[in-house]
Amino acid sequence: MIKLEIDGETVEAEEGSSIIENADRLQIPIPRFCYHHKLSVAANCRMCLVHVENSRKPMPACATPVAEGMKVWTKSKEAVAAQHAVMEFLLVNHPLDCPICDQGGECELQDVAMGYGRDYSRYDEPKRAVIDQNLGPLIATDMTRCIHCTRCVRFGEEISGQREMGATGRGENTEIGTFIEQNVDSEVSANIIDLCPVGALTSKPFRFKARTWEMRQHPGIGTHDCIGANIYLHVHNEQVMRVVPRENERLNEIWLADRDRFSYTAVLHDERIRKPMIRKQDKWHVVSWVEALKYAISGIKLISQKYGAENFGALISPSASVEEQYLLQKLMRGLGINNIDHRLRQVDFRMQEAEPLYPTLGVDFADIEKQQAILVVGGNIPKEHPNLALKLRKAVVQGGSIACINPVAYKFNFDLLAEEITGTLIKSLQQVLDVLEQKSTGTAAVNKIAHMLRDDSGDKLIILGQLALQHPRAAELKALAIRISNITGAKFGFCSNGANAAGAWISGCVPHRMPGGHPTDEIGKHAGEMLEKPLRGYLLYGVEPEFDSVFGNKALTSVSESDFVVAVASYTSESIKQIADVILPIAQLVEMTGNYINVDGIWQELRAVTKPFGESRPGWKVLRVLANMAELEGFDYTDVSQVTDEICEIECAEKFVQNTLSAEPEEINNLKRFAPVSLYAVDGTVRRAGPLQQTADANLEPRICINQNTAKYIGLADGAYASVHSGGYHVKLKVLIDTQVADQVVIINQANRLTNPLPAHLTSVEVKQC
Amino acid sequence: MEINKVCYRALHVPNSWTLDAYQSIGGYKVWRKILQEKTDPNKIIEQLKESGLRGRGGAGFPTATKWTFIKRDMPGQKYVVCNSDEGEPGTFKDRDIMRYNPHQLLEGIAIAGYVMGASVAYNYIRGEYREPIARMEAALAEANAARLLGKDILGSGFDMHIHNVEGAGAYICGEETALLDSLEGKKGLPRFKPPFPAAHGVYGKPTTVNNTETLASVPVILETGKYGNYKIFSVSGHVNKPGNYEVPLGITFRELLDLAGGMLDGKKLKAVIPGGSSAPVLPAEQIMDMPMDFDSLAKAGTMLGSGAVIVLNEDTCMVELLARISDFYMEESCGQCTPCREGTGWMARILHRILHGEGSKEDIDKLDSIASGIMGHTICALGDAAAMPVQSFIKHFRQEFVAKI
Repeated sequence: MIKLEIDGETVEAEEGSSIIENADRLQIPIPRFCYHHKLSVAANCRMCLVHVENSRKPMPACATPVAEGMKVWTKSKEAVAAQHAVMEFLLVNHPLDCPICDQGGECELQDVAMGYGRDYSRYDEPKRAVIDQNLGPLIATDMTRCIHCTRCVRFGEEISGQREMGATGRGENTEIGTFIEQNVDSEVSANIIDLCPVGALTSKPFRFKARTWEMRQHPGIGTHDCIGANIYLHVHNEQVMRVVPRENERLNEIWLADRDRFSYTAVLHDERIRKPMIRKQDKWHVVSWVEALKYAISGIKLISQKYGAENFGALISPSASVEEQYLLQKLMRGLGINNIDHRLRQVDFRMQEAEPLYPTLGVDFADIEKQQAILVVGGNIPKEHPNLALKLRKAVVQGGSIACINPVAYKFNFDLLAEEITGTLIKSLQQVLDVLEQKSTGTAAVNKIAHMLRDDSGDKLIILGQLALQHPRAAELKALAIRISNITGAKFGFCSNGANAAGAWISGCVPHRMPGGHPTDEIGKHAGEMLEKPLRGYLLYGVEPEFDSVFGNKALTSVSESDFVVAVASYTSESIKQIADVILPIAQLVEMTGNYINVDGIWQELRAVTKPFGESRPGWKVLRVLANMAELEGFDYTDVSQVTDEICEIECAEKFVQNTLSAEPEEINNLKRFAPVSLYAVDGTVRRAGPLQQTADANLEPRICINQNTAKYIGLADGAYASVHSGGYHVKLKVLIDTQVADQVVIINQANRLTNPLPAHLTSVEVKQC
Repeated sequence: MEINKVCYRALHVPNSWTLDAYQSIGGYKVWRKILQEKTDPNKIIEQLKESGLRGRGGAGFPTATKWTFIKRDMPGQKYVVCNSDEGEPGTFKDRDIMRYNPHQLLEGIAIAGYVMGASVAYNYIRGEYREPIARMEAALAEANAARLLGKDILGSGFDMHIHNVEGAGAYICGEETALLDSLEGKKGLPRFKPPFPAAHGVYGKPTTVNNTETLASVPVILETGKYGNYKIFSVSGHVNKPGNYEVPLGITFRELLDLAGGMLDGKKLKAVIPGGSSAPVLPAEQIMDMPMDFDSLAKAGTMLGSGAVIVLNEDTCMVELLARISDFYMEESCGQCTPCREGTGWMARILHRILHGEGSKEDIDKLDSIASGIMGHTICALGDAAAMPVQSFIKHFRQEFVAKI
């Protein structure tokens, strides 16, 4: 620690820290634009010039390190003169039309100009105008307002690792933009809206919708992945107008994935259900809540009596709140129904008894960046869990190594130490294990991976991605990962699907465990069994079978072949209307109160920020009344917090059996399909978020992605149509030749209208010319 | 008075740019001796210190001191960079060093590399300098072929790989840190200092950046122990014999003007910009008997800069000239930091208005205040370079501005 003086006050400061960091800590205001505590120092806006004793000119507080005995004046004549001069220069070419600017009211330039600007402009010359670029559906541009602070450029270079913005031109013709006019496609792109200190980059969906002072800010959380990024919802007239990040150093820091930021646009989607409905003689009738609930519960009871409880199944979204999940399984189990699951994208349920209490990353999310070595198996992390990818990048930037075993050489936003590109994930992971056990040597990449994991210089981690978790032999992959972690001391984990898979596990929304992870006497059917062969009746809680399950349209068929279906949902759709017998509308994410348990096991509360749409009701209330109507004991809750308390009181099991599966040999005979889910197709909300659906990542028209060797072998050309056959189903899709795909591998997205006819749990496919 | 004794010592030899010609006047003698005797680098630095050699690029920083910033035995790759981007309007001294005496520059660069333990050097040459580039390339090929450069030079075990690099025409790339960015293949933007290039230079490695004239002077200074006070003046403007004159510092302007053949057409001297377009202008009565050296000019409120002496006669319109100069700085501002990006254009626009009779009385003071708003507030010196002419022109020739309004 060293001592210096700021504005006459002696302060202690850490060596190497800058003047502005210390001033910020002491709440001494220094105006700034380019400086941002999460970005590198650019020192280009010159707004933070301060007077340093014995320096012949004012120094930028952001770039000047403190020194012992230094005397800094932030408000001396010299400092203020410099600040006023810079302020004037910044406004020279900036439009002075705050009332028509979307940033007005939350503009750093406007704020600082109040303190450091003149009350009139001395600039009488023509002003600069800059032609706008279209950056896509999320970010609106008004580049005439740009003050060239380069925060957006540095965000791309340093944080997201995707250099999408840059400065072209020189002098006063400097322009910030994409070098060639194109969409900004990064999955975390909209953070540059927050970073932009002026109205140059603003939110396109929110543009001109409301002024900041008209809105009320409510804390919330992102509900589309298991990280649970912290957000603020800005509400005006009972409507969520926008979402901005809420700082949480343990989770999202100050960043948000575009998914969490723009999913609010689906809140008032056309497919929201206004009133409860039942189907009679193939016609839908709007009915009262009482009638609908009665209809639902008597239907469930009837099916269980007629065909036995084992012929009724309940499927719940992994993104429902823990209270909803808990009440659903309590209701079902109260009715004797044990077929309860949330694992809709899982194919391999072997060794489910060996799963831990809830899925984790093996280390705290905040500690990812401290890992020295990370192995990713079967995952395109940036397009699965954007916030995790930012952390992985941080690990690399801080000196860690990342390697992967993947069917595609994905473009990551960080450098890889090694990548094994293969259609046989199990085989490759087995090879890593063999090298570690010194049984044999593998490919160059496999050897490098083994070497990386063997190194003892720091923390190590193995992460399974979505392609591994959806693998038909996922249990073997997990077993291998566990064995490798036992040998090397690496931790092992993954990001589960949905926002609250941890909650689903803890609350007992799995067929083989009761709340708290305790074993059940009667193991029910898992999601795969429930959807592969039709049951007699279903309760779908926030689930759209064809999109939310790995079975695609086949799941829809199974459900539609049953006798009675209760759909508890916020949104309806043509297929829900075809398969359901009763639709119970529940509150959407922003309209409900409940808890989410994230990948670290942290409970985060979501509170209703608007009234439920139409006559929809909070989900927990619907479940409670259904239970009351079924005359079940223990459903006398009057407030959701009583449900929360009840869950919190459950003592959780601690010991589970080990996954000791040994991996069988793996070969590809013909072609092997991998079926990623677009990050904008993961749940019903994001699938209805208009702006997200307009991005490239929504991948609304998926192709058959194969490499040139595979294409040549089959006789396919880029852009041609081909038919894909699997398990008696087939679809016709366009071919995309992608050199990054492994040999004999076919990439076809799931959870998409065009590809849903092809069940994604089958990996063996046949591709033909057509 | 001896003239053209250091960097221009080869001018009298036919085809002076060839290796044979250079060696015929004792070229590479110092270099061979250093390699043979494995001279203690400290001794070389001591000699330079005694000579009083100061950087010839404009700032006048003592060369010997700069060379002590990077120690020979520091681990890792180190670099020497020769700044031949000579872009300051009025300056053309380095051009002729490279045209007529390229080997001496190579020898100087090699010695610098030897002193600081750098085995790679870059000579960053202004892109418009087609003939100098060709001469430097030819000289480099000759020196490499003669094993005077390259790997294990003359069996000494010392390596020195020199590369000529062409700029692309940006004035800002003459600023040493922007030059480093450009050298790395990036857009040339000045870096904030500290860290200085000695700590964080090309590719983040310790780097010494010296001007062409500085480096080319080194062999002669080491050989003779003299001439540390010699400086090339590029005299241009309204004189009879514009050109480069390598003379001792401290020569009066009057003597320099005589060397340059006196005023063109016998017109009266009005003013002189003594150190390149960015240096504050001095009116005739102040400059005539001024000793042309770093300290005297600094005392008079201007600077020696790169030694570009722009001579202006009585017919010169100072408003038009300043508008032209301001256009240049507006054009060449890199656009990175606010005062220069926004201020240079603002000043140029006002000046053009005044020039076209559309100025107002307030404009003159406004110009002065804009210039002080830029002065000292930017990352690099380009802001100051744009501000100083404006302030000095108004200070000494306000009446001409008033007359245009």
